[in-house]
Amino acid sequence: MKRILGTVVAVTVLAALSGAATAQDGLVMKRIAETKTITIGHRDASVPLSYLGPDGKAQGYSIDICLKIADAAKEELKLDKIEVKFVPLTPQTRIPLLTAGTVDIICESSTHTLGRLRQISFLNTTFLTGSKLLVRKTSGIKKIEDMTDKVLVAVLGTTNEKAAQVEIDTKKIKIKGEIVKVKDHSQAMLNLEQERADAYVSDDVVLYGLKSASKNPDEWEVVGPYFSYDPYGMMIPRNNDDFRLLGNKTITRLIQSGEMEAIYKKWFEPGPTKINYPLSDRLKENFQLIALPD
Amino acid sequence: MGSYNWNWPILLKEPYFGWIVSGFGKTILIAVFAWAIAFPLGSAIGIARTADNRALRLAGTVYVDIFRNIPLLVQMFLWYFVVPELLPADWGRWVKRDMPYPQFITAVACLGLYTASRVGEQVRSGIEAIPRGQRDAGLAMGLTPTQVYRYVLIPVAYRTIIPPLTSDFLGVFKNSSLALTIGVLELTSQARQIEEYTFAAFEAFTVATVLYCLVTGLVIVIMRIVESRTRIAGTIAVGAQ
Repeated sequence: MKRILGTVVAVTVLAALSGAATAQDGLVMKRIAETKTITIGHRDASVPLSYLGPDGKAQGYSIDICLKIADAAKEELKLDKIEVKFVPLTPQTRIPLLTAGTVDIICESSTHTLGRLRQISFLNTTFLTGSKLLVRKTSGIKKIEDMTDKVLVAVLGTTNEKAAQVEIDTKKIKIKGEIVKVKDHSQAMLNLEQERADAYVSDDVVLYGLKSASKNPDEWEVVGPYFSYDPYGMMIPRNNDDFRLLGNKTITRLIQSGEMEAIYKKWFEPGPTKINYPLSDRLKENFQLIALPD
Repeated sequence: MGSYNWNWPILLKEPYFGWIVSGFGKTILIAVFAWAIAFPLGSAIGIARTADNRALRLAGTVYVDIFRNIPLLVQMFLWYFVVPELLPADWGRWVKRDMPYPQFITAVACLGLYTASRVGEQVRSGIEAIPRGQRDAGLAMGLTPTQVYRYVLIPVAYRTIIPPLTSDFLGVFKNSSLALTIGVLELTSQARQIEEYTFAAFEAFTVATVLYCLVTGLVIVIMRIVESRTRIAGTIAVGAQ
């Protein structure tokens, strides 16, 4: 037993030491300047914001914006070249990987929340969405209230899971069992396809993306009024004001030059997966609001 | 990690404390139920692999080869997503929709069947470690093969393999964390959930680590006691110190 306790202590000390070691790595801009590399965290199936294309490479709306930020970093730091590295991550790994310094910026479909700001920081909002349900057309489910005695699946650790739980609790909806929590979009979709679950709760854009990428898009339907507000932004580590400024400046320039709308059109209207999710007035207004003057 | 905000007290707040307790409970339940499948089934397989009957030996070997050679994570997926599709439609539908606690039961069955292949190998090696002469002597005295196993081979073999069996028992606790991939909210996935709600990743996982160490430490202590209580003087069953 003593030996075991010793091991626990040793592991804890090691963890603390490795923490101290990364603390010296310094800020993101310094790291980019020294290594001439920017590391982008991405998702595998957040269609069409951040996902793996047919060639197995990360691509999407958020990735395109981040590639522009990488270019801007190269210019700002006067580097002869900048290498872009991609690291795949999941909602469960993204914040630890960012705080540990494994990735410099996370470009996918992460909701900007006050809670997350305790640990990390966000660039300005570049996409707006909210929670809805993906169901089979034949299921008869039109809103979350119709979920009585039905199985609801969500990705563990998403804002949608929390929002759905709140809806269920406040509206006293008696779903079957508890919300089934899975690892990622693909597994949630598999649960739906195999009829293990009746509805998948996620951001509507993600759901339209999954529907468009599925074997038989006509079989599926995105339903319900929004029951959460999910503004997306790129995640960066805290206390990196210079990097955040660079990111926000890049986004502003993209909006002012009209490139932002072009990037949006490329991925959403109708986009490589035929998602057909036109630029909303709300998002257009948001672009105007975040394009700060010089 | 210079920018990390430590927040230990959050783990004592509800619902997070309750999540840890419930996750820890599920981890223990998965491990104990899986072991309840693995131990008897593994024993049967181990004995079959040393039997004189060729068909029995072959069946044991095939089982061990299949279950030991496929990664456990893949097995979890196969049991959860593929097997229900292979069943007759009505059964598949029952497994997917009406079976209570589908993720939990799948995880227990998968882990139990996998661990049985490992237990089977331990039992086989325990029996094979006994000199052939003992089996022959038993048969020469007029004991039936069943009696030879019951009174001669098994009592010695099980004592010999207590140390490696302890490792497999520990393995069940640790491998139970893979159940999270099919949606069981056991200790590791509760730690992840706490992380997502509170952003206290390092705190949650430290607690999970400590709990895993405590339960495996307890198993080691119990198995040592079992080992010393059952030791036969003069046999090789001295065990690892």
